[in-house]
Amino acid sequence: MFQEKEVCACIWCKVGENEMSGKLLFGKLWGDHGQEALESAHVCVINATATGTEILKNLVLPGIGAFTIVDGNRVSGEDVGNNFFLQKSHIGQSPEKLLDNDPSFFNRFNLVVATQLPESTLLRLAEVLWNSNTPLLICRTYGLVGYMRVVIKEHTVVESHPDNMLEDLRLDKPFPELTEHVQDYDLEHMDKKDHSHTPWIVIVAKYLTKWFNEKSEQLPKSYKEKEAFKELIRQGILKNENGTPEDEENFEEAIKNVNTALNRTEVPRGIEELFNDDCCLKLTEQSSSFWILVRALKEFVANEGQGSLPVRGTIPDMIADSSKFIKLQNVYREKAKKDIAAVGSHAAKLLQSLGKAPESISERELKLFCSNAAFLRLVRCRSLAEEHSPNSCSKDAIISHMDNPDSEIVLYLMLRAVNRFYKQHGRYPGVYNYQVEDDIGKLKSCLTGFLQEHGLSVVVKDDYVHEFCRYGAAEPHAVAAFMGGAAAQEVIKVITGQFVIFNNTFIYSGMSQTSATFLL
Amino acid sequence: MADGEEPEKKRRRLEELLADGMAVDGGCGDSADWEGRWNHVKKFLERSGPFTHPDFEPGTQALDFLLSTCKVLVIGAGGLGCELLKNLALSGFRQIHVIDMDTIDVSNLNRQFLFRPKDVGRPKAEVAAEFLNSRIPNCAVVPYFKKIQDMDESFYRQFHIIVCGLDSIIARRWINGMLMSFLHYEDGVLDPSSIIPLIDGGTEGFKGNVRVIIPGMTACVECTLALYPPQVNFPMCTIASMPRLPEHCIEYVRILQWPKEQPFGEGTALDGDDPEHIQWIYQKSLERASQFNIKGVTYRLTQGVVKRIIPAVASTNAVIAAVCATEVFKIATSAYVPLNNYLVFNDVDGLYTYSFEAERKENCPACSQLPQNIEISPSAKLQEILDYLTNNASLQMKSPAITATMYGGNKTLYLQTVASIEERTRPNLSKTLKELGLVDGQELAVADVTTPQTMLFKLHFTT
Repeated sequence: MFQEKEVCACIWCKVGENEMSGKLLFGKLWGDHGQEALESAHVCVINATATGTEILKNLVLPGIGAFTIVDGNRVSGEDVGNNFFLQKSHIGQSPEKLLDNDPSFFNRFNLVVATQLPESTLLRLAEVLWNSNTPLLICRTYGLVGYMRVVIKEHTVVESHPDNMLEDLRLDKPFPELTEHVQDYDLEHMDKKDHSHTPWIVIVAKYLTKWFNEKSEQLPKSYKEKEAFKELIRQGILKNENGTPEDEENFEEAIKNVNTALNRTEVPRGIEELFNDDCCLKLTEQSSSFWILVRALKEFVANEGQGSLPVRGTIPDMIADSSKFIKLQNVYREKAKKDIAAVGSHAAKLLQSLGKAPESISERELKLFCSNAAFLRLVRCRSLAEEHSPNSCSKDAIISHMDNPDSEIVLYLMLRAVNRFYKQHGRYPGVYNYQVEDDIGKLKSCLTGFLQEHGLSVVVKDDYVHEFCRYGAAEPHAVAAFMGGAAAQEVIKVITGQFVIFNNTFIYSGMSQTSATFLL
Repeated sequence: MADGEEPEKKRRRLEELLADGMAVDGGCGDSADWEGRWNHVKKFLERSGPFTHPDFEPGTQALDFLLSTCKVLVIGAGGLGCELLKNLALSGFRQIHVIDMDTIDVSNLNRQFLFRPKDVGRPKAEVAAEFLNSRIPNCAVVPYFKKIQDMDESFYRQFHIIVCGLDSIIARRWINGMLMSFLHYEDGVLDPSSIIPLIDGGTEGFKGNVRVIIPGMTACVECTLALYPPQVNFPMCTIASMPRLPEHCIEYVRILQWPKEQPFGEGTALDGDDPEHIQWIYQKSLERASQFNIKGVTYRLTQGVVKRIIPAVASTNAVIAAVCATEVFKIATSAYVPLNNYLVFNDVDGLYTYSFEAERKENCPACSQLPQNIEISPSAKLQEILDYLTNNASLQMKSPAITATMYGGNKTLYLQTVASIEERTRPNLSKTLKELGLVDGQELAVADVTTPQTMLFKLHFTT
């Protein structure tokens, strides 16, 4: 039995012998530092059924450092690097026994993934992990339904890698070095080659000056104003002897970028919220470097930043000769370096006042933080206990979602109902064919009981009760595979601290091929 | 528990495990299915339910169909393909054919989990089939180490369902065109037996999509060509061993040469914004490009490539392949109504899926059965027609060959893919349609890599 489960877990993933290091392959996804974090992590997976092993496969393939499987009566440890190791002292322990005898067992892990566990065990486990600040990811496949719940007190993200990132060009509030650099260009008296290879950022900056002199003291804002501004730039395109405009792609780029290049430089609301968070306002010795840096950032914004975040220091690619492009790029880079140093100096003062060593925040960490200052994210999850207690459960949210009786929230309610069924009858509904019909009535009363107890005045269609009996607690592979992929990526997000985890309940329906996230 | 466990208990626990579909019995198993093996699957096939497809009838026939009759073709044995094969095999499908033209590269091993280091260099389809057949009892995966274009109509007609895990839009369009060509209409009514459903999955970093294409009924690949964003991702295998573009040369230097040579000190990571770093990559890329006679490596391109590559990750492939497999199952068994018809997935920020019904295009060149018209002046040059075929968003041809039926025979007006013919027919591009002898209502036959069938276009002369 132990043997089979072990093979089970490893059948799909013997990548220890892989010659190409994870850093080469994943460097672009989550960077070398992310890969290092992954390769040093130790994750616990409870239950190596299809769901658990699929999650494992998707963690082992990108290079998770180590995993430990706790299954039924067995605990097995696996070091994916080279060796299999067994924690002999825990052989013969089920998760329930571990919770009884040695709950501190779970403290050694960066994260615990709990699959296919009964509700009572989950609540016990969640309490232990909440108290030890160990992240927990609950994952379940039930028929065609997938369920995930993340339980982390506080998860901060510096590198959220947002999909649509606006550039930080400061054309609305140019810093002195940028203005100086732009002034060095004399568009009226350049030769054709230079003219056609001037970066569009310089062109927009130049024509903004023209705009301020000739048209308005205010930045072009309305559609009309922006169109007029574009036309002003268009007039600047060189013309040949016949008066027809030359092909100047850089000017076309400038015109195209007017819509976004003149956006107001401001501190995003999410970052302001961080500035006002207690964790930032009340720093202590225990404060994480994240919060210390947030505070340093806040002080920068109020001082050197003059209301703005540090300059990001990157510019998009654009038509220009190498030399012009590199020079312009360097103007932004140098300014960013200056701003980072200023933030760093605030951070150093804070560290000193907290009695912490100046090295506790590395230069690298500081740099990463500053270049991502506009994209910092914070996730705080409610505890599982809070979600399950009738006093604090998310009544209003659930009732409101049930305005649509086919919302995925109904699948959550059904899962709670089958949990209750398991508690009452010691088994899940409809496992055997002969049980299906009778269990429908039993499951319905479990559902009603649950809804009443939690003050959930909603109506669940009978069809869902029937469907969940039909499932018979099946764990079809394709659904387990979906959840395996979904869960593994959330685990990777927690470990690498990059990208943003969901908060806090995710439901997948293989029947409708839809999904939803709920805050419960 | 392990030691001293009774053999009977052990046997039953093994059955339980195998019923999960995840364990294997150590290699050679007996030929009969053990009890409980398909319990998870049976619950969906032998029980009635409130959400089943209107055509669904609970019973043993659906499972029998899966196990003994249903023939599925998996196109691609890479990141998606490996997942698809596993999912299908563990869902009851047995007659699975897989086609892939690639061999295994060491860069595949971090997600294409059916392959091991010892398999590097061998055909993906063959190794995948071997792995599955030896580990999943009674599974009969048949491999083809071929390009999809190497197989003919009769090959594709034998399948009940085709599912793709491709990394190329051209290949997708090709198989789409092939399946559309099977559609048979009698008195304007589509014959359902001529329909072969196509499930198509695609991934790119943390994003993915699945579409269910029922030829002649739902939108096809060509109907929604405009949906496909410009492809900017490069498979690692291409980068490591088969570069074709300057971008591939740059990626090679970035991914393999930089870590090997550590040009700015040990442990110094490549900074895409550091001009010195980019300069080094650029120089080395030029060297690599000249090895393969590839032109076009520039400083600008180097920086662009370094910052834009989207590699593949196991989790996204797992999710997308899972959705595909569920749809294949639904269609094969009528257990549920299939996805109608397009799903997108993104887990950069939380997890997000969105399903919608992509609409058919009225005059779709592949599935509408309508002739394609070109309105053009007789004094326009042939070059204009060539440009239209390649640049038009709904056509996006790669290197179309244009032929016209004239004077009782076929005249090749322009063909690019054979150098000698290209040279001979090139002057035609600067001739007007009138000069070439084309008349109003003339039909042009166009062949291109994006479609297995020749496409017919009718010329309508404007004055």
